[in-house]
Amino acid sequence: MALLSFERKYRVRGGTLIGGDMFDFWVGPFYVGFFGVTTIFFAALGTALVFYGAALGPTWDPWRINIAPPDVSYGLAIAPMKEGGLWQAITVCAIGSFVSWALREVEISRKLGIGLHVPIAFGVAIFAYVTLEVIRPVLMGAWGWAFPYGIFSHLEWVSNTGYMYVNFHYNPAHMIAVSLFFTTTLALSLHGSLILSAANPGKGASVKTPEHEDTFFRDLIGYSVGTLGIHRLGLYIALAAGFFSAVCIVISGPLWSQGWPEWWNGWRNLPIWG
Amino acid sequence: MAAYQNLFTQVQIRGPIERGVALPPGEERDGRGGFSYLLGLVGNAQVGPIYLGFLGVASAICFFFAFEIVGLNMWASVGWDPVQFVRELPWLSLQPPAPEYGLSILPPLAHGGWWLIAGFFMTSSVILWCIRTYTRAKALGLGTHTTWAFAAAIWLMLVLGFIRPILMGTWSEAVPFGIFPHLDWVGAFSIRYGNLFYDPFHCLSIVFLYGSTLLFAMHGATVLAISRYGGDRELEQITDRGTAFERGALFWRWTMGFNATAESIHRWAWWFAVLTPLTGGIGILITGTLVDDWHGWAVAHHIAYST
Repeated sequence: MALLSFERKYRVRGGTLIGGDMFDFWVGPFYVGFFGVTTIFFAALGTALVFYGAALGPTWDPWRINIAPPDVSYGLAIAPMKEGGLWQAITVCAIGSFVSWALREVEISRKLGIGLHVPIAFGVAIFAYVTLEVIRPVLMGAWGWAFPYGIFSHLEWVSNTGYMYVNFHYNPAHMIAVSLFFTTTLALSLHGSLILSAANPGKGASVKTPEHEDTFFRDLIGYSVGTLGIHRLGLYIALAAGFFSAVCIVISGPLWSQGWPEWWNGWRNLPIWG
Repeated sequence: MAAYQNLFTQVQIRGPIERGVALPPGEERDGRGGFSYLLGLVGNAQVGPIYLGFLGVASAICFFFAFEIVGLNMWASVGWDPVQFVRELPWLSLQPPAPEYGLSILPPLAHGGWWLIAGFFMTSSVILWCIRTYTRAKALGLGTHTTWAFAAAIWLMLVLGFIRPILMGTWSEAVPFGIFPHLDWVGAFSIRYGNLFYDPFHCLSIVFLYGSTLLFAMHGATVLAISRYGGDRELEQITDRGTAFERGALFWRWTMGFNATAESIHRWAWWFAVLTPLTGGIGILITGTLVDDWHGWAVAHHIAYST
């Protein structure tokens, strides 16, 4: 019943944060726990509201369904359901289910006796989401500044928001975030390649060792970060990419409302150039 | 609760320098190697030795030429004023030839000729380095996965600076060298072709870029979380699974109903990372050659509204 060959001995009680043994069970492969229940509640309610919003809208085409936040004129007030209130309720459900999911990961980590790195890393992603949908709109004084829920509608929001600052590529935090996304992808390809190349050296050859991994990278670039170090590095730069993404949007508007290309005039006007 | 979470190395030990796995006869490494305390906080403290060889040296020389040509052109563009060079550096550029030069092999140096020469050396440098990943892997008896992943990135580079300009009939379509100038190029490219966000291959590339970052966060965090059981010894866990990766696998199985294995997570990683430039290159290649207006394309295919 959905158990891996080695799974039974790990399915022990304990590790929960809330609820004691009450929700300490599995459904198929899924662990439930108190936060599994709250996850299901928020996710089901939020999904139902998305479908309700789609039913109110002009299309059922998944590419074009759009649930927009209230108009800027509503400020930070609660809007009528059909005027953006749905978006507000869905956002509450999204945050509720994301946080529930993170806390459920904490319970699972505790049960397995492993570190809390995954839920903390997920927390950075939640932080970036909350920055976009709550922190920045609150700083700017209206929910209308948040992005809408929809496949192409959210891309259009990104595009329009970028052009409000003329050329978003000039946003220094955006530069750092993009560089980190590219660097993380590069590092991931190098790590994946290295492990696969050592584990799959070709027909008839025996599997290689961590000494081969280190030697390959020292030979190639003069440095190997090592088997433990690559996972630290990968986690740091991946989380930094998410963190600087949050920074780059929260400074756009609350801190700097002109075009981002103009921000660099500050560099040209430094008193050091003589 | 306040347990050590293995985010950095607390105690660094210093043994003799590791020379590495023996190389085939006739090949020798360069440098004696040393230690860096700062690097040792995150990963291995040892730096070097390195294997340079013909390909490494040739690649480095080509890179040096490309770097110098770009830098000297930028410096010349501010009248060789060193202060203005630093001040204006982010705006300075080395532009490809103007449209009237078409695909001519060598326009006047000051009108894109230097751009072509710099591009030639940069491309040579990158391709030599790619071949080097192949020969270094073979010298150690490893698979050549790094080389093919590198080739995927070269594909995107060649599409941007070589293949698409040839299909469009002019080098002027290519990306300029320069910090802000290449960003301007990206912005103008998207506007000219009706917003690249509607390009489905651009969508895919971004999905794989963000997906790669997500995967590395998930994988890095999982391995650190199980490092107390030796989870960083991935090759050992692949060939003889232990409690570390059993716990790592069960974490994801219990969280989302599905898990990878010590080996398969690296296949997910490889494909996500490699598909980023592969799909991105397709998205660029078909822009202007097959599709002139991505928003119009999206409207025609009923996935976006015309307003």
